[in-house]
Amino acid sequence: MSLNGKRILIAKPGLDGHDVGAKIIALALRDAGADVIYTGLRRSPDYIARVAVDEDVDAVGLSILSGSHKELVEETARCLAELDAGDIHLFVGGTIPSEDHDELRQAGARGIFTAEMDLDEVVAAVEADLNA
Amino acid sequence: MSDSATTPNKIGSKAHREPPTKPSTTTPSGIEVPPVVTADMVREPDQGLPGEFPFTRGIFPDGFRGRLWTIRQYSGFGTAEESNERYRFLLDKGQTGLSVALDLPTQCGYDPVDPIAKSEVGKVGVSLSNLAEAEILFDEIDVAGISTSFTINGTASIVYAMYCAVADKQGVPREKLTGTIQNDILKEYVARGTWIFPVRPSLRLIADTILFSNEQTPRFNPISIAGAHVRDAGCTAVEEMGYTIANGLAYIDELIRRGGDVEKFARRLSFFFYVHMDFFEEVCKFRAGRRLWAKLLTQRYGVKDPKALMFRFGVVCGGSSLVGAQPDNNVVRVGIENMAAVMGGAQSIFTAAFDEAYQIPTEHSAEIAVRTQQIVAHESGIARTVDPLGGSYYVEWLTDQMEDEITKVIDDIDAYGGVTKAVEDGWLQLKIAKRASERKKKVDSGETVIVGQNYFRREDQNEGVAELFKLDPLASSRVIEKFERVRDTRDDAEVAKTLAALEKAAAIDTENLMPYLIDCCHAYATVGEMVTTLKSQWGEFEEPVRL
Repeated sequence: MSLNGKRILIAKPGLDGHDVGAKIIALALRDAGADVIYTGLRRSPDYIARVAVDEDVDAVGLSILSGSHKELVEETARCLAELDAGDIHLFVGGTIPSEDHDELRQAGARGIFTAEMDLDEVVAAVEADLNA
Repeated sequence: MSDSATTPNKIGSKAHREPPTKPSTTTPSGIEVPPVVTADMVREPDQGLPGEFPFTRGIFPDGFRGRLWTIRQYSGFGTAEESNERYRFLLDKGQTGLSVALDLPTQCGYDPVDPIAKSEVGKVGVSLSNLAEAEILFDEIDVAGISTSFTINGTASIVYAMYCAVADKQGVPREKLTGTIQNDILKEYVARGTWIFPVRPSLRLIADTILFSNEQTPRFNPISIAGAHVRDAGCTAVEEMGYTIANGLAYIDELIRRGGDVEKFARRLSFFFYVHMDFFEEVCKFRAGRRLWAKLLTQRYGVKDPKALMFRFGVVCGGSSLVGAQPDNNVVRVGIENMAAVMGGAQSIFTAAFDEAYQIPTEHSAEIAVRTQQIVAHESGIARTVDPLGGSYYVEWLTDQMEDEITKVIDDIDAYGGVTKAVEDGWLQLKIAKRASERKKKVDSGETVIVGQNYFRREDQNEGVAELFKLDPLASSRVIEKFERVRDTRDDAEVAKTLAALEKAAAIDTENLMPYLIDCCHAYATVGEMVTTLKSQWGEFEEPVRL
C-alpha cells in the first residue's frame, strides 16, 4: 500500500496564517509518494473546491487552527458537493477539540488529525482511507 | 480506516517506550555540549558590567532591582465589551500591562461583514473594526496610566492610529502613551501569515509609524521585531535570533533610506521572542543576541549612543513547547521558561496558560499564569542580582557558541541577497518548513523527549482539560450589529474626504501616512476601508508557494 499516484490538495481556508502543520503534512505525504498541491494561505472554501476539481485530486486536507473548523469544513464539503465532487475525500487537521470530532465527521471529514499524532499515523490513515 | 490512526486519544506504542537513562548531549539548536566546561574554553571571561557595552549581562546596571519586568498577558476575544471586562479582571489580579489580542479579520484588514471574515469574527482575539470599538475596549482604562501592547502587524499602522485617536478622545496628550505595536511585517511573510501588501510598501508603512512615533509618542515602542513566530513555526533558538536580528537590520536600512536618524530611532526598536524548554540555551540566546546587536549597530552604522544600542525585548513562555497531553504539566514548563526569561534579562514576560494548546484560557488558567510570574518574582529570589548566571564557564561558553551560530545565520541571509529578497522568493519560508518537518520527525522517533506525549504516557490519560472556555456564540452577530450601526450613523462625507486624502498620500513614497490614518480613524472609517484604499495604490502580496 502506498500513496503513489494519489493526488492530494492541502489547503488553508479562512484567515488563519499558521501554516507549519499544513506544510509538514504536505511534505510527509509527498515523501510517501503522493502528488501534493498546496494552496497557500487565505483561501475560500469555494476556491479550494474549484482547485480540487480542476486538479482532479483524490483528497483535500484542510488545515485550521483558528477555531473556525466547523464552519469551514461544512462550507468546503458543501462547495465540493455543488461541483459534483462529493467523491473527493475530505480530511481536517489542526487545533480541533475532541468534542467537535463527531460533528466534523458528520459534516464529511473522513479523518481528523491533531499535532500530537505521529506523521506516520497520519500518512497511514490517509493511505488506508484512499486505498479502501 | 483504522480507528487508532485517527483518534488522537488512543494510546499507541509510545506508551511502552523505554525512557532514555541519560540526558541528550546536544542543544536543540545542534550545539554539542562537552561534559564539563572550563575557564580556558571561554573567549572573554570578563563581560564587563551590566548596562555597559556590549550589554551581555543586561541593559540596565541594576537589573530588576530598579524595576521588575512587566507582567503582560496576551488576551482578547469576542466583543470589545467582553475583552474590556477581561482586561479589568487581569488588572485587578495585579497585571501591570495590557496586551491586546485582535481577531483575524482585524489583523488581515477585513471588516466583520466581509464574506471571508464571517466565520472568524472575535475568534482568536477581539474585533476592532473602527474607533467606536476602540473607545469601548479602553472604557474606564486610563491609557496614560498603563502600557498597552498590540499584537498587530499588517494593520499595525491603523491600530496605532486608532490608539492615538482614543488618547485624543480621552483628552490624554499623545506623548504620554506607552506601549508597543508589533508592527513586524517581515516575519509575517515567513511565519504568521497576516501580511496584506507587498513587501516594499509594507516596509514604507513601518518606517512611517516609527518616524511618526519618535516625534509624537516618544515613549511608545512603534515596533517589536519578533522572532517568536518563526520559532514557533519550527526554527531553532539560533535561527530565531538570527532571523530577527536580520529583520531588525532591514528595518534600519529602510529607516535610513527615509532619512531617519539611527541614533534616534534605534532607541525605540524593541524585540520579542519565545522561551522554550532548553533552559541554558534560552538564557544564552538572549545574552548572545544582546551582545551581537550592540556590536552590529556599532560596526555597520557607527551608532554611539548607548541607549540606541540597547537590545530591549519581551518574551512569551509557552507556545509550541506546551503539550496537549497531560496538560497540567504545562504549569511546570511555563515556570521553568519564566525563570529562563528572567535569567536572560527580559523586560516584559507573558506566561501562557496551561490550556493554551487547546483554547483561549479560562479565568482559572489565566490566573495561574499570572501567579507563576509573581512566584518567580517574589519568592524565588532570582531577580535579586543582575545576570546571576554571568561568569559561569558553561553560560559564557554557550553564549559564545550561540553568538557564532547566530552570526552564521545572518551571514547566510546576507549572502542570499538580504531578507526582502529571501522573503519575496519564499526561500526563508521553505527553510522554516523543512526545519519544522525535522523537529516533528525527532519527536515522532523519540529522539526528542516530550513528557506525557512520546514518553511517560498513562494508559488512561485524558488529553483534554477539565474546564472548557466557551466563546459566546452570539458575539460575532453583536459585533456585526454594532459595526452596521456605526456605519449608518457616521458622517459619510467626512469618511470619503479622509479616505481620499489617504489614497493621494499613499501614492507619494515620501509622505508619512500616519496623520492621514488618524484622520480616517476620527471620521470612523473602518479598518477594511482604509486597507482597501491602500490596496488600490499598492496591490497585495503574492505568496510564493514553495514546497
